[in-house]
Amino acid sequence: MDFSLSKEHEMARALFKEFAENEAKPIAIEIDETERFPRETVDKMAKYGFLGIPVPKEYGGQGCDPLTYVMCVEELSKVCGTTGVIVSAHTSLCVDPIMTFGTEAQKQKYLVPLAKGEKLGAFGLTEPGAGTDAQGQQTKAVLDGDEWVLNGSKCFITNGKEADVYVIFAVTGKVEKRGKMLKEISAFIVEKGTPGFTFGTKENKMGIRGSATYELIFTDCRIPKENLLGQRGKGFNIAMHTLDGGRIGIAAQALGIAEGALERTIAYTKERKQFGKSIAGFQNTQFQLADMATKVEAAKLLVYQAAMKKAEYTKNPKVSYSVEAAMAKLYAAEVAMEVTTKAVQLHGGYGYIKEYEIERMMRDAKITEIYEGTSEVQRMVISANILK
Amino acid sequence: MKVIVCVKQVPDTKGGVKFNADGTLDRAAMLAIMNPDDKAGLEAALRLKDQYQAEVTVLTMGLPKAADVLREAIAMGADKGILVTDRVLGGADTWATSTTIAGAIRNLEYDLIITGRQAIDGDTAQVGPQIAEHLGIPVISYAQDIKIDGDKVVVQRQYDDRYHMLEAKMPCLITALSELNEPRYMTPGGIFDACAAEITTWGRADLKDVDDSNLGLKGSPTKIAKASDKVRKGAGEKVVPESPEDAVSFIAAKLDEKHII
Repeated sequence: MDFSLSKEHEMARALFKEFAENEAKPIAIEIDETERFPRETVDKMAKYGFLGIPVPKEYGGQGCDPLTYVMCVEELSKVCGTTGVIVSAHTSLCVDPIMTFGTEAQKQKYLVPLAKGEKLGAFGLTEPGAGTDAQGQQTKAVLDGDEWVLNGSKCFITNGKEADVYVIFAVTGKVEKRGKMLKEISAFIVEKGTPGFTFGTKENKMGIRGSATYELIFTDCRIPKENLLGQRGKGFNIAMHTLDGGRIGIAAQALGIAEGALERTIAYTKERKQFGKSIAGFQNTQFQLADMATKVEAAKLLVYQAAMKKAEYTKNPKVSYSVEAAMAKLYAAEVAMEVTTKAVQLHGGYGYIKEYEIERMMRDAKITEIYEGTSEVQRMVISANILK
Repeated sequence: MKVIVCVKQVPDTKGGVKFNADGTLDRAAMLAIMNPDDKAGLEAALRLKDQYQAEVTVLTMGLPKAADVLREAIAMGADKGILVTDRVLGGADTWATSTTIAGAIRNLEYDLIITGRQAIDGDTAQVGPQIAEHLGIPVISYAQDIKIDGDKVVVQRQYDDRYHMLEAKMPCLITALSELNEPRYMTPGGIFDACAAEITTWGRADLKDVDDSNLGLKGSPTKIAKASDKVRKGAGEKVVPESPEDAVSFIAAKLDEKHII
């Protein structure tokens, strides 16, 4: 077992780091403060292929592996959690399901511009009454001639309004499963600008405030029949598969936030003097930093392992990376919360001041324990697997 | 159109500087980056590729690990990389370096050669013009803008408080300033391609029309008397003046004391 990175991955990390430092870091405070979507950064990421990293070159992507994509989200999130999640939601939640379940025509029409970054993607599963419980879906799609007619709403949608292409889940009927009547869920591709597709409230959030989080509203929204993604009735499987990948992206975001907070805290504790010496000279600080660094390293190994498992899946679709993704997300998210909380404490009063960015990292970290499956859901996924 | 860009791997100023016993830089022991002026030259060449489909070849001389800058250049969009490396070429000064690079370039077809103005380690600005001299082609140095007009290049050359507009018929050599442009980033896919790309490696035997007496440390007329890391500044003296006037008086007195004014 070799834990060293390949030359490709070393170079890719250097690239993402340089980009993050030059492009994302200088505006991180401002976009958090003003809740501004960093369009200029997204445009630059599109130009350099960051929005199609794991997509094959024949579909306009970069032809890289999941680990490269993970390192991109990680490095961006070290300096700006918002920028990290924009890439993650686009790539894992919109690009991936179209790449995996799309027809050739759908790939040409949607995957190519998404991978090139000409279009931005989003994913709509969550509804006011359906988060963790996907069966609570209320949005309906009815086939009417050559069109599906969508009615309902989605909430908390990352990249909402800013994205051009949306993967949307809706109830298309009822099916009997083990004697129970269950909702039949299907997935669809919906373009921004389709009549009947509008945006509701923009959420005012605790963290990742530069990312656009919107309610999506469908009122007699008619989309072509061929925009059904995957088979009719397979929506739940598509959503679960997509979220498995999404969890690796969020795990990478959480890892990046934790690493960013740790790096800043190490630098600060060396610099900050109290009682005549730097606070890094006190054993309490040393032990805290040691614990933080150890947990960050453990999180990194879990996240990279999940990425490598997904890489195996791309070669052999029988391989499952669901548990690895759940463990990576569960652990990295909880480490991000713990490390950023300790980082604020080690910064003392300065940690509470926005200029020092540590408090933002703590606010950004919290969402990683919630979205794309709460930590509780990850524990359900993991325990179901080990107890089966 | 064929463009050759000469790049140099230089010590990263963020890392420490280390020396060999003979006073030359211990390059193997230092973190390394592509020299900034050379990177601007590469970007200029890549823009010619974007605009005129120019073929861009990147060439460097150095230790085997200098192949890293060639891979970086390929990941940015260059078509191929050539590494000139050989023990007998080690310790070269600007004369021996330009002799070596010219000897390598004689094997290649080209319309334009672009080098950086100078490298941040040696700061001589001599290698580019010397290569042109060895090859018998015109040189335009300190380029801050490059345009192609038929078989000519039209270059803005930086010159103190003004610039000169110069034309030269190709083939010719241009030395580029880092102010010339903002170099593009690599792309992730470009990195994977660059790592899979074959880097052509040449040694002494591949150099054309060069004499051994002009190569390596032995062929270098420059002798380094002494080299040292930059002298670290002390903690300084901290004063808290009561008013801006006091601050000015204090600074003026200090400058006077040191005979600066």
